[in-house]
Amino acid sequence: MAVGSARKPRLAVWKFASCDGCQLSLLDCEDELLALAGKIDIAYFPEASRRMMQGPYDLSLVEGSITTPSDAKRIQRVRRLSRRLVTIGACATAGGIQALRNFADIREFAAAVYPHPEYLQTLATSTPISAHVPVDFELRGCPIDKGQLLEVIKAFLGGRKPAIAGHNVCIDCKRRGNVCVTVAHGTPCLGPVTHTGCGAICPSYNRGCYGCFGPIAGANTKATAREFASLGMARRDIARMFQTFNAAAEAFRKEAENHAD
Amino acid sequence: MPTKTVKVDYIARVEGESSLRFNIRDGVVDDVRLSIFEPPRFFEALLRGRGFAEVLDIVARICGICPVAYQMSGVHAIENLLGIDVEAPIHALRRLLYCGEWIESHGLHIVMLHAPDFLGYPDAMTMARDHQDAVERGLALKKAGNELLRLLGGRAIHPVNVRVGGFYRVPSRAEFAPVVESLKRARDHAIATLRWAATFPFPECTRDYEFVALRHPEEYPMNRGRIVSSAGLDIAAADYETEFLERQVPYSTALHSTLMRRGAYLVGAMARYALNRDRLPAEVQALADEAGLDPVCRNPFRSILVRAVEVIYACGEALRLIDGYERPTRPFVPVEPRAGTGYACTEAPRGLLYHRYRLDAEGTVEDAKLVPPTAQNQGVIEEDLRQVATAGLDLEEDALKANCEQSIRNHDPCISCAAHFLTLQMNRT
Repeated sequence: MAVGSARKPRLAVWKFASCDGCQLSLLDCEDELLALAGKIDIAYFPEASRRMMQGPYDLSLVEGSITTPSDAKRIQRVRRLSRRLVTIGACATAGGIQALRNFADIREFAAAVYPHPEYLQTLATSTPISAHVPVDFELRGCPIDKGQLLEVIKAFLGGRKPAIAGHNVCIDCKRRGNVCVTVAHGTPCLGPVTHTGCGAICPSYNRGCYGCFGPIAGANTKATAREFASLGMARRDIARMFQTFNAAAEAFRKEAENHAD
Repeated sequence: MPTKTVKVDYIARVEGESSLRFNIRDGVVDDVRLSIFEPPRFFEALLRGRGFAEVLDIVARICGICPVAYQMSGVHAIENLLGIDVEAPIHALRRLLYCGEWIESHGLHIVMLHAPDFLGYPDAMTMARDHQDAVERGLALKKAGNELLRLLGGRAIHPVNVRVGGFYRVPSRAEFAPVVESLKRARDHAIATLRWAATFPFPECTRDYEFVALRHPEEYPMNRGRIVSSAGLDIAAADYETEFLERQVPYSTALHSTLMRRGAYLVGAMARYALNRDRLPAEVQALADEAGLDPVCRNPFRSILVRAVEVIYACGEALRLIDGYERPTRPFVPVEPRAGTGYACTEAPRGLLYHRYRLDAEGTVEDAKLVPPTAQNQGVIEEDLRQVATAGLDLEEDALKANCEQSIRNHDPCISCAAHFLTLQMNRT
């Protein structure tokens, strides 16, 4: 990007409905941050800087999902200002935990939290960025992995495709030499249907994967749900397994619906 | 005389989305509003119907900077409900996990978010051109905190290891070896950071806060203790809602927490330090004295020094806990659900964090209430702003705005945390 020009490529970081954890991953690159700041122009990153430069930007990193009418407009402007747009994390890529509202009555949700829900301006759904504008790449995870984030930034600034693997968490467990928590201990685990990226942390800590990187392409959630049932899980608990941080991702949403009460 | 409105549409270097405005009429600052336009995510609503074992993973997602705080208040509230009192080594491991988050979160705020205000830079990356050593020390501090979080939690953001009854997995003594080395270096970095920050130019400002924090008979407070205040409050976590009230204010579109009897109050590092300085080791108190901190600090601009003192303490406390670590005989005690209500308060890096849960007999959440530190500090932040703006009326508008932004950053507000309570109507007049 910016080939043949002396200008450093411009990076922007945007926040929508989210916890801030994915953009924090950029500041958590403690060993690389200052070198990165030397190679690119961090033109818009309000969490880190008061300097807010006007667009256009060569690369926009977008955190968070769309949950309000004003954010639905703002993402259009962000897209217009961005040569490349990459979503970072489960909220921006799949709607996040707040997409549980998609399966509930938003008015009742608001009334449960606020004494005056009439002051709220909120949409009935939490939707991923790709439901609103074209997205050049989606980085998964709740939160994202900072190694993958650096790879995505380097790849887009170098004008190449990011080298991000697409296999499931089971492969990572094999590589780490983990004993399978399902086979050995009967622990329900979403590893077979969950996208790689975390490094198989949960099975390494003696618990089942809870799917925070979302479904792999072609996820066989039916087989996994059948396995959960054979371990003695109730239908409601199986539905809950699929209804967390990627609840609105197609494969997980459908499998949860299959186990609705 | 016409009314002049001063506005900052997006406050940088705080976590989350907020704006600031006030009016100046006849030389009087009026109508000070910290508006939060962070979209609400309805955590209390979406927790209902979830199993108690899922709560800790869900509440972590309220905040990427302080997920451990949410897991700590959550786990202690649910264990309070279930009548579980974890054994001493598990308690020590949880305190160690909290030390990691304090080091990471304070390190981020001191060097990356707050220090640039005092030295006149837009951000830490720019500041590094002239103050490379200081920024690198700050990054090393953050990294040490994150390494501790990674060891105990699996990852720094949204760690996966805490469970009701204990941990999923407890480390062996040998696993701590690399962390010990980085914590020793971090403690030196923290001392250097305190001495560096002590040289900053601090605006004159004295505020008569009511400080609110936990207090414990032996510990500088993290996971245990009673809620006390500088005005004599002394209650258990279960009595929080009899003393504190959240009200939704239409103009600011926020639930402000107040003490029912007295109004605005302050939580966070300044409050902890004011109420618990005697729980700090003598050498940490001596470093605070050397940096010019009074035993009770009432200048919010000097909160950066208090945070640095707490980082020094957290590094030393982490080393002490690791030194005395014995692997628990079992990582967790078995847990049986039962119906009831549980309460807990713990000390998030930004201050008191209250959780209450009601479960049914199967352990399903019927009701949840979470009160984050930033919701509690909003009243004080606005009162500070009024004072800072009044003192700066003769300044150029840009300088006045910069002072006001700095005044907000004094309290390290975490807007994503607060926003699950906050409405997003914005006054753009």
